[in-house]
Amino acid sequence: MSDLRDLYQDVILEHCKAPRNYREIPAADHKAEGFNPLCGDRFTVYLALDGDVIRDISFQGTGCAISKASASMMTQMLKGKTREEAEKLFGRFHDLVTGHAPASEEVELGKLAVFSGVSEFPVRVKCATLAWHTLQAALEGKQEAISTE
Amino acid sequence: MTTAARKLGAERGPALAHGEFDVQRIRADFPILQKKIRGKPLVYLDNAATSQKPRAVIDALVRYYEESNSNVHRGVHYLSERATEEFEGARRTAQRFLNAASPHEIIFVRGTTEGINLVAHSYGRSHIGAGDEVLITGMEHHSNIVPWQMLCKEKGATLRAAPINDDGELIFEEFAKLLGPKTRLVGITHISNALGTVNPVRKIIELAHSRNVPVLVDGAQAVPHQSVDVQALDCDFYVFSGHKVFGPTGIGVLYGKSALLEAMPPYQGGGDMIRSVTFEKTVYNHLPYKFEAGTPDISGAIGLAAALDYITGIGLDKIAAYEHDVLEYATRAVSAIPGVRLIGTAREKAGVLSFLIGDVHPHDIGTILDQQGIAIRTGHHCSQPVMERFNIPATARASLALYNTKEEIDALVRGIGKVREVFA
Repeated sequence: MSDLRDLYQDVILEHCKAPRNYREIPAADHKAEGFNPLCGDRFTVYLALDGDVIRDISFQGTGCAISKASASMMTQMLKGKTREEAEKLFGRFHDLVTGHAPASEEVELGKLAVFSGVSEFPVRVKCATLAWHTLQAALEGKQEAISTE
Repeated sequence: MTTAARKLGAERGPALAHGEFDVQRIRADFPILQKKIRGKPLVYLDNAATSQKPRAVIDALVRYYEESNSNVHRGVHYLSERATEEFEGARRTAQRFLNAASPHEIIFVRGTTEGINLVAHSYGRSHIGAGDEVLITGMEHHSNIVPWQMLCKEKGATLRAAPINDDGELIFEEFAKLLGPKTRLVGITHISNALGTVNPVRKIIELAHSRNVPVLVDGAQAVPHQSVDVQALDCDFYVFSGHKVFGPTGIGVLYGKSALLEAMPPYQGGGDMIRSVTFEKTVYNHLPYKFEAGTPDISGAIGLAAALDYITGIGLDKIAAYEHDVLEYATRAVSAIPGVRLIGTAREKAGVLSFLIGDVHPHDIGTILDQQGIAIRTGHHCSQPVMERFNIPATARASLALYNTKEEIDALVRGIGKVREVFA
């Protein structure tokens, strides 16, 4: 059962129980909705930008432990980062959860490294990346809900 | 069955038999059930999605391709005659299985979805017009919603859905109220795939017929679990998929009453469905070929017949009684676990145990059970309106077949314990 503990690390379970930045930003200048039709996960990501810098970021919605913890930790990691830094971090995170060698070592994953176990569970990659795809849609100003399918 | 397996079954005999139902002997007929998944014995509880295949079905497919393969209804040569004979034999097997009055009332389709689409396109487009209504229920699979929705949109008709109660049962009085002068067709599931509810289809058909409304029954979840007699039900259309009843994928059956099918226009055009073709005019073939354009899934039909023969040989009534016992056992065991909530608690149920564990997302439940070799389905089960009715995004669903045992239910219960441990 060690594989299971690799996936459901304590940090992930803790974020699932008490997600950070789980709120609406009423004055959000960017927001998008993301949907995973396979399991019904649905999140809204809110952003308030200061020029190119993410001044505030939050999310709301329902989903599995992996998708919720991923959304929660994403909001923690991205506050104060630039759009470009956010994009790079997503790239690095995507490599991590899909089990690819990182395209670049320059980006520090920090505590997002707890998601490394996801690469052993290919069907759960969509859960781990849903919030990030939604973030991208929000930054690009997409109006329609994005879907992982 | 291998000799060893047969011997094993015979030796175990009465000790493991359930009345006359010896589940261990049945299990030995299904090669995949001998497999280990992630080093653990497979506990396959995803039968409402698709069923496993007995050796008899696998052998029938191999035998067809090794000994009979040819196109049907055309050739004058030996193999074509033999393939045609086997294919039409499969139709007669399906006829007997449903107790249809005639083999030409059995149309081979790809599955339940195509069967419903056929009726929506052919019967629906010629009988349903602007202002008319199609009545379904709040527990339908998407395949018994979307074809009607598309038809209604095209024709300016309205799709109505009769509500279900907190136990997941159809509220019959509400259904009766919605069955009005504008209703042109009723589409109803025999057994709900998400909830396991068995609908009172006989009563529904009687009521609909008293108002001259024909009824299509979606039997996808019913035929693996209980005997079906379309003449006793008096349904106008009955549809099921082969792969859910231990047959191959890609084949299914649409039963329709002769008089209705005769009057319906073809669904698809092409070979086999014609009697004569000129560029000016085509004369359509008679039933059932009018609805079977193109080369059919010959091996699929033969494999399906082998599956139907297999369960008929065991006895649908015995299967129903055995599964009822296992489902009761599972319901008691799973609902006794703290924090578990059952979704679908109808008095009449078959085959399905949908549940939630505290606020753990079903997807997490599915992953943790999978690590223990237990296959269940998680998600909305292609029944999003049902999820909305219960205000939940998804459920975890264990669904049974004749080969499941109480020991497997015990494994499920232990698996749920593991889920609770991880999410403690």
